[in-house]
Amino acid sequence: MNVELRPNRAQKTRYGIVDCDIHPKMLIEEYRKHLSNQWWSYLQTYGIRPRHGFTKSYPMPKITPQAARRDAWPPGGGQPGSDLGFMQEQLLDLYDMDYGILNPLQPTGQGDQNPEFSAALAFAANEQQLERWTSQDKRLKASVVVPYENPDASKAEIKRRAGSKDFAQVFMLSRAAEAHGRRRYWPIYEAAVEAGLPVGIHVFGYSGWAMTNSGWPSFYIEEMTEHATGQQAVVASMIFEGLFEQYRDLKVVLIESGFGWLPALGWRLDKHWERMRDDVPHVKRPPSEYIREHFWVSTQPMEEAEDPEHVMDAMKWIGFDRILFASDYPHWDFDDPVLALPPSLTEEQRRMIYGDNAKKLYGLS
Amino acid sequence: MGRHVVAAVADIPPGRRKLVDVNGRAVVVFNLGGEFFALNNRCPHKGGSLCDGVTSGLIQSSEPGQYQYTRKGEIIRCPWHSWEFDIRTGQSWCDPGKVKTRRYQVSVEQGAKLVKGPYKAETFPVSVENDYVVVDA
Repeated sequence: MNVELRPNRAQKTRYGIVDCDIHPKMLIEEYRKHLSNQWWSYLQTYGIRPRHGFTKSYPMPKITPQAARRDAWPPGGGQPGSDLGFMQEQLLDLYDMDYGILNPLQPTGQGDQNPEFSAALAFAANEQQLERWTSQDKRLKASVVVPYENPDASKAEIKRRAGSKDFAQVFMLSRAAEAHGRRRYWPIYEAAVEAGLPVGIHVFGYSGWAMTNSGWPSFYIEEMTEHATGQQAVVASMIFEGLFEQYRDLKVVLIESGFGWLPALGWRLDKHWERMRDDVPHVKRPPSEYIREHFWVSTQPMEEAEDPEHVMDAMKWIGFDRILFASDYPHWDFDDPVLALPPSLTEEQRRMIYGDNAKKLYGLS
Repeated sequence: MGRHVVAAVADIPPGRRKLVDVNGRAVVVFNLGGEFFALNNRCPHKGGSLCDGVTSGLIQSSEPGQYQYTRKGEIIRCPWHSWEFDIRTGQSWCDPGKVKTRRYQVSVEQGAKLVKGPYKAETFPVSVENDYVVVDA
């Protein structure tokens, strides 16, 4: 193949873009230097033990290898998202981005059945984000990967990273062993608030539970769709467990779950709260108020309505100051910033979504 | 509009494709068993670079247990969201009525003919001995 042309898109996107969902690929071998001999030996003997039971593959087949854009495999070898130079060429430089938030997926130890090993791997993933990415390109900001099924260790990891300008948020996945509002996870939120960091909740996380009320879906297309319903459960749980009454400064970012469903969820929660609020006396205000105060959403994969105005209506309900641009690079469902947003957004709204909202939220200048 | 010399025939062997610049437009030229086709490189869905996609064929089934795999190499799949386009027509396979990628006429001309014009080969040296791929755009 003979590829000589790269469109210069920088001029079309002079919005100071902040990409809130970039997936850097790191290999478990890279973690060796950040793991004790004991954990390295444990890894060799017992391996990684995710809750879904598949250690070397996913429960659902992906549409492409590594769920990656076909053109994201680095020419010099390695997996998509593993080569900083190629990421700069395909993303950061091409779109003239101001910042990118790193959201590492596997391997990070999140959800591992051994809670202490999970903590050791999360530490290693954080160290490696600093070494391989944020120290090499100042536009990149790391996420504090926490071993969320081990909340005390999560808290310690957040404290360790607190105050570092290299970390932008605390990082969790949307499918955990219990609903996200449950008390067992509160130490994580407390530490995040103390550290002044938002909590980003990215879809996935094979908790071992099926993602639907009636078991495992048959197809990948269902899994892609159910991420949104999973995040609805996250939102409802956090509100009704009273989390936001306890942690009034807690900020939550819903990553890669779209947002078209959020207004309808708000209406529904409000309606039931009006009638059944004595069931949750610790919830003092209409749920939609907590949504608008505590949640941010990211664009990719945005709902693509036949009539783009319907997407605008959903954005209006959520608030244009609550929506963050995300590309999901290097994954196959990547959103090109030039084409991602509805055409009828004003210049001001565009500027907010592409970068200003994220800069404000993450304290980036 | 004009006719643009974009490559020597030998540069794009059968089964291969080449990304070329036609007046600042990215165009991908395919060679399907000796026939040339040119599509706008930009996927009409979300802008992925079609040149970087994989090609496949067409699988059809008349009944359970029976299938025909035809037109091998004639369908290009966008490297991003996997939209598929017929290289011969530019039509999207799943939504042919609404979504298609722009297709350009392509011909093969002898170098001897080209040097006389009215072809545009600003960036491409042409020699009389070879054959060239010419895109109408």
